[in-house]
Amino acid sequence: MSVRPKRREGLRALLWLSPWIAGFSIFFVYPLLSTVYFSFTRYDLFTLEFVGLDNWRYLLQDERVWISAGNTLWLVVFMVPAQVIFSLGVAQLLTKVKAGAGFFRTVFYLPTLVPMVAGTVAFVFLLNPVGPVNQLLSWAGIAGPDWFGDAAWSKPSLTTLALWGCGNTMVIFLAALLDVPKHLYEAAAIDGAGAWRQFRSVTLPTISPVLMFSAVTGVIYALQYFTQAMIASRVASGATDSAGSVFTPGYPDQSLLTLPQWLFHVGFRDFSMGYACVLALLLFGTSMIFTLILLRQFRKGEEVLS
Amino acid sequence: MRFVPLAVAGLTALALTACTAGKEAPPSLGAQPKPSGSAAQALPAATIELWHGFQTDAEVKAFEDAIAGFNKKFPQITVKTTKAVQDDQITQAIRSGKAPDVAASFTTDNVALWCKTGAFQDLTAVIKQDGIDLSVLPEASRSYTEFEGKRCMMPLLADAYGMFYNKALMKGNEPPKTLSELTELTKELTVRDPDGTIKVAGFIPSFQYYENSPSHLAPMVGAKWYNEDGTSAIGSDPAWKQLLTWQKELVDWYGYANLEKFRRSLGDEWGAAHPFFKGKVAMIVDGEWRNAMIANDSKAKSLDYGTAPLPVADDKPDLYGSGFTAGTVIGVPKGAKNPQHAWELIKHLTTDTDSLVTLSNALRNVPTTKAAMESPELAADANFKTFLDIFAHPKTSTLPASVNSVFNQDALSTFLTNWEKGAVKDLDAGLKDVDKRINDKLKLSGG
Repeated sequence: MSVRPKRREGLRALLWLSPWIAGFSIFFVYPLLSTVYFSFTRYDLFTLEFVGLDNWRYLLQDERVWISAGNTLWLVVFMVPAQVIFSLGVAQLLTKVKAGAGFFRTVFYLPTLVPMVAGTVAFVFLLNPVGPVNQLLSWAGIAGPDWFGDAAWSKPSLTTLALWGCGNTMVIFLAALLDVPKHLYEAAAIDGAGAWRQFRSVTLPTISPVLMFSAVTGVIYALQYFTQAMIASRVASGATDSAGSVFTPGYPDQSLLTLPQWLFHVGFRDFSMGYACVLALLLFGTSMIFTLILLRQFRKGEEVLS
Repeated sequence: MRFVPLAVAGLTALALTACTAGKEAPPSLGAQPKPSGSAAQALPAATIELWHGFQTDAEVKAFEDAIAGFNKKFPQITVKTTKAVQDDQITQAIRSGKAPDVAASFTTDNVALWCKTGAFQDLTAVIKQDGIDLSVLPEASRSYTEFEGKRCMMPLLADAYGMFYNKALMKGNEPPKTLSELTELTKELTVRDPDGTIKVAGFIPSFQYYENSPSHLAPMVGAKWYNEDGTSAIGSDPAWKQLLTWQKELVDWYGYANLEKFRRSLGDEWGAAHPFFKGKVAMIVDGEWRNAMIANDSKAKSLDYGTAPLPVADDKPDLYGSGFTAGTVIGVPKGAKNPQHAWELIKHLTTDTDSLVTLSNALRNVPTTKAAMESPELAADANFKTFLDIFAHPKTSTLPASVNSVFNQDALSTFLTNWEKGAVKDLDAGLKDVDKRINDKLKLSGG
């Protein structure tokens, strides 16, 4: 075979890929390189000054980076598995429902249609210390906690909100579960496998790509968690917006301060864009590391299961 | 492989040019013909763009009415307004070279950045040229509209903060003049259930309660935010310690958990269910605009209430009558197409007595000039007059402009939350730590 057709083939492939390459360069590589460059500058959107490692050094003394990183990590470690397990559980139950299956699917999916801000405000209202949920609990003789006002309860409360709105993940799991070939269950049953063994040896390996997708997207979403935490702490704190008042993010006790919120605050409230770029890179690096770890774990898991 | 260095060079060039967007030379203030003396019509006809933050129909109409007065003087200038504009939109527009001719902001937090970076044009020369006497503005208003010698903003309307009290709940008591009177009265007026739950609070001392921000309460003790060099004075000014010690004692009297439970059950500050309207709290710190909110609320308007200056530290009686002030600011952004026209509009809106009185009567904010405050046209009932007097008081203070204004307030507020719940063991060390945070951030910002 001559070299020329090969080269022509390569060029053709490049031509077809060029829209993607252009998009990748303009919307990913360029912003990423710019972010790295700006992280070495003092930049307030108007004036730019090269300051070397000053922003990176400040990172080490900025206590709130570590507080917000800790909160974000909590969400990754507790909220994501809770969401995946809950969605999978609901989807599994829905596969067993014979009568009114459509109704139940709709009911579990409906919360995802509620705008994020409205849903969060409603949750904070419901979980107010003297709100409807605590009223109901008090009738049952239980003293309800101060859900969004107590640092020990604020993140679990947000997790509850996340579980309420996990219809999207549930639908994906439902589709994957319905796609597991019936004959595999029949064969397993003939071999004497019980429900748990069937779930472990048939269901899980078959839906593992979907599980991996949910876990990876869930982790990335948790690392970028912003709106609900911001709205919940704002509404729960009763923050005001008048002259001489600023909103302190993370109420209560900075327990809801996530890394993206701190990044936003530093960049768009303090206009310390150079330092915000450092935080953006930190977030990007962490997302990459988590994703790689998850992919590797799933690959290992798949090897073990197969 | 030659592609890689080329690509890197190209991207770096792109990154650099991204920061210089909008840097082509637009006319700067003073470069265009200006009207000499009364010859206002000497300015050529133009349409100018004005961005402001007013949102409700009544606010927008009041602003349009004030502009109509300008149009009588300058019929050749058409003013196109855009409502509900936020600070970050203004900043982005200036940066991208698409700035309006005039922009107004509700907050003074970004004034330092805008002045320092030249995002808004320095008005000093045209103010001098037009012979405007800025001493008609209170010191505080001058302070929050300039930074490091650059006057890039003018005060449009101001907010002043004082005390509102519910006459029925006061049980015949006069409003307190000192902090110890406030403590005493709070204890007398607070009503609790047998289990300690608060039913009616005399005064809520929490820094987290609605308008009880540190900047609003600092004038009660004359606390200073910054030293001359812009570094934090919070740790070194004993007034902060005085304020915090008084405040903590009252929080502890309620019991932090009790007070928080009560505070968090009060709902939205801006709704009709405001605890002051509903008689759940006897005395509150609030802005003059609360008068208008009470008057416009169908249920609250029958409330029998009074207003007074903030109580002050017992050993600083000369502070009585003063308070906190800040307000709407307006200026000419860099890149304005018609800066001289823009300045004429700003001059009218911020110094013309009729215009200020029209705006104040409609919006119920404090007009900023002495002449406007003394105008017989100004609708000033006793409750509103309290705030005019607070605004005019020589010791009334503001939060001076700082490039890290939001960060600094946030750093102190975070500390205060820990303080009032009792998590701070050493107040001096805690306040010094707030100083350190603010000063470290100042260094990062090139201060």
